[in-house]
Amino acid sequence: MERTSFDIVVVGGGAAGLRAAIAAAESDPELTIALDAVEFFVARCPKEIIQLEHWGCPWSRDPDGRVSQRAFGGMSVKRTAFAADKVGFHILHTLFQTSMKYDRIHRFDEYFVTSLIVDGGACTGVVAMNLRGGTMVAIQGKATILATGGCGRVYEFTTNGFIKTGDGMALAYRAGVPLKDMEMVQFHPTCLPGTGILITEAARGEGGYLVNKEGERYMQRYLPGKMELGPRDILSRAMVQEMKAGRAFEGPYGLYLGLDLRHLGAKKINERIPMVRELVEKYMGLDPIHELIPVRPGQHYIMGGVSTNGKGETTLPGLYAVGETACVSINGANRLGSNSLSECLVFGAACGIAAAAFAKKKASYPRGGAAREALKKEEARVFDGLLGRERAKETVAGLRVEMQQLMERDVGIFREDSALGDACGMLGKIRDRFAAVGLADKDRVFNTELTAVLELDFMLDVALAIAHSARNRRESRGAHSRTDFPQRDDANYLKHTLAFRTDGPPRIDYVPVTVTKWEPVERKY
Amino acid sequence: MAASDVVFRVKRYRPESGGRPTFQEYTIPYRNDMVVLDGLNYIKDHIDPTLTFRWSCRMGICGSCGADVNGQPRLTCGTYVRDVHRGAVTVEPLSNFPILKDLVVDFDDFLRKLASVTPYIVRKDWGDLRKEYVQYPEDVEAYRQQSLCINCMLCYAACPVFGSSPEFVGPAASALALRYNRDTRDEGADARLARLNTKAGVWECTFVGECSVVCPKDVDPAAAIQTLKFLATMRHMRRLLMPGSSSR
Repeated sequence: MERTSFDIVVVGGGAAGLRAAIAAAESDPELTIALDAVEFFVARCPKEIIQLEHWGCPWSRDPDGRVSQRAFGGMSVKRTAFAADKVGFHILHTLFQTSMKYDRIHRFDEYFVTSLIVDGGACTGVVAMNLRGGTMVAIQGKATILATGGCGRVYEFTTNGFIKTGDGMALAYRAGVPLKDMEMVQFHPTCLPGTGILITEAARGEGGYLVNKEGERYMQRYLPGKMELGPRDILSRAMVQEMKAGRAFEGPYGLYLGLDLRHLGAKKINERIPMVRELVEKYMGLDPIHELIPVRPGQHYIMGGVSTNGKGETTLPGLYAVGETACVSINGANRLGSNSLSECLVFGAACGIAAAAFAKKKASYPRGGAAREALKKEEARVFDGLLGRERAKETVAGLRVEMQQLMERDVGIFREDSALGDACGMLGKIRDRFAAVGLADKDRVFNTELTAVLELDFMLDVALAIAHSARNRRESRGAHSRTDFPQRDDANYLKHTLAFRTDGPPRIDYVPVTVTKWEPVERKY
Repeated sequence: MAASDVVFRVKRYRPESGGRPTFQEYTIPYRNDMVVLDGLNYIKDHIDPTLTFRWSCRMGICGSCGADVNGQPRLTCGTYVRDVHRGAVTVEPLSNFPILKDLVVDFDDFLRKLASVTPYIVRKDWGDLRKEYVQYPEDVEAYRQQSLCINCMLCYAACPVFGSSPEFVGPAASALALRYNRDTRDEGADARLARLNTKAGVWECTFVGECSVVCPKDVDPAAAIQTLKFLATMRHMRRLLMPGSSSR
């Protein structure tokens, strides 16, 4: 029989989860975290870049053989290490391949976690559906790390993959852990219309221009000091303003602006941003060496997430979160480009080590009683309950689209009270209607209609947390832009939002911001 | 069927219903910019929620949406219907793999093969984390092509040798071995060559070359295997002529 009790259970096999698993497997006892999260991040980052280098990451190199660096938006110094324009891809594959070195890392491919096991006020593992076997299993752990990435699929137009449905956030939220700063949603300015495929910020880091239909580099109107290398929130808002002013192009998928790389020349494009060319040729049928790239803003990242400290610890003992799933609060209200990957590395390692230390202190594996009970409950909820529902008028695809369009329209780049109020109300109604969703697929093996239902269930929790958090923050800060409260209001809102799950709408609370070296000041460029 | 429609013929296999795989036809609205994955998603969302397939990134980087389209292994997210549309689009699970359900195939054997080539940097002495290893741009260029594999398994679906000899290590795993053998930071080349210098290793390959034809990332595993054959031969010769000589 397959082993089902472990020291650490990691939910999610992306950059943060893999980095945490490797750190736990190596369990470097020397690392201690005594700094503030931001200071720790800054101090630890170079070591993580070099660690990845030692593990084989194909970083781009300068002629002297050292790792190259370039600028991303909002930076005044070139400080982003890169591997052409496939940094995330190469980091992920380097970590995945390196993880194969460790016999201690036991991979459960294609298991879908449906809930956490909570025993005596601590998390002791997960209940998961084995998609291939069509069974529900309890996987117990002395510590559990959530690393499932973001929740971009709550929006209609997002750069995120189909699987980014906020599962880890909802799992923690349902176990009583608060979600922090969920109103802080990042919209990336350069996405391909129609598909939402991301054109990396490296395109502007290498010197690309943003132009309107009059051929004007319109950022001179909004941010002349930084132009195209302004931060993502300001660039995305400027795009919406250009659209409203009638200076955008019009295409089959609505209004768009132009990303102009033509002046960079073929050599630079092919060497430094080859994937941009590959994607634009394949998915737009255009060659960026000779043509403008149509772009528009789209949901890309969420600064908010499961509230954690710098070790990834949540308020539930034994439960950790890391990467985009977590909110350790290094990104504030507007993450800078390239910090999400570094966050996965730095805090992935820190979290893996902290979880290993926690597990080491526990002599025995969790008792089976709570796991058996949780397993029985999930079998009843998922297999007897959800899977037993007959096909009905409400479908998972239908409700998902309604939720996504609502979030796009009312909880998007610009927000104001009445729209946010509508969104909160409508999401509550969609939540009610979810109870009537029926399923056509009755199989237990690899039932992707069932996983879609479970994902929609997670997404509705997350969407409600985002909408309510946004409605309650009556100011503008970073990516959270309220047309009815356009000013930043430090007197009332220099604090983090916490959303707690209730049977009704989320309960919103606030906690103070940690201020160390840098006093908060108005953002100026 | 309206002029603006297209027919998708999709192979279905439902393990819980038993029986052999069958084809099911769906008529769906056609758009000039639709990819095969768009068609599958249209069916899933609007016609038949039981149709089962993997996908996520829809931009050719996650490697999960491979299928045989009109008999050719392809990423469904990167295959335009307009390019393959000949009356109907036939979509089947990737050849040469066990089918789990509809278009979903079992990838465990593939992952075991990847793991078998020691796909990570091997060193005796790691040094500390204050300094990166020096690697010049041309050193990175030497293994760059083989580092672009997205594990989509199209090359295994296209490989007739893997089809008839499932123990063959196969194209992607071989390319990954070469990727690490060409990395100036690595010291594990000798062991990898020993692993591949076997019947089920690179010598099984008869240089059909289909793997490189279908590769969506231009990794060229066929060339990688030929290079590995050469390196394995050189290693063998060196060991015969200079017993006790080491890795590189």
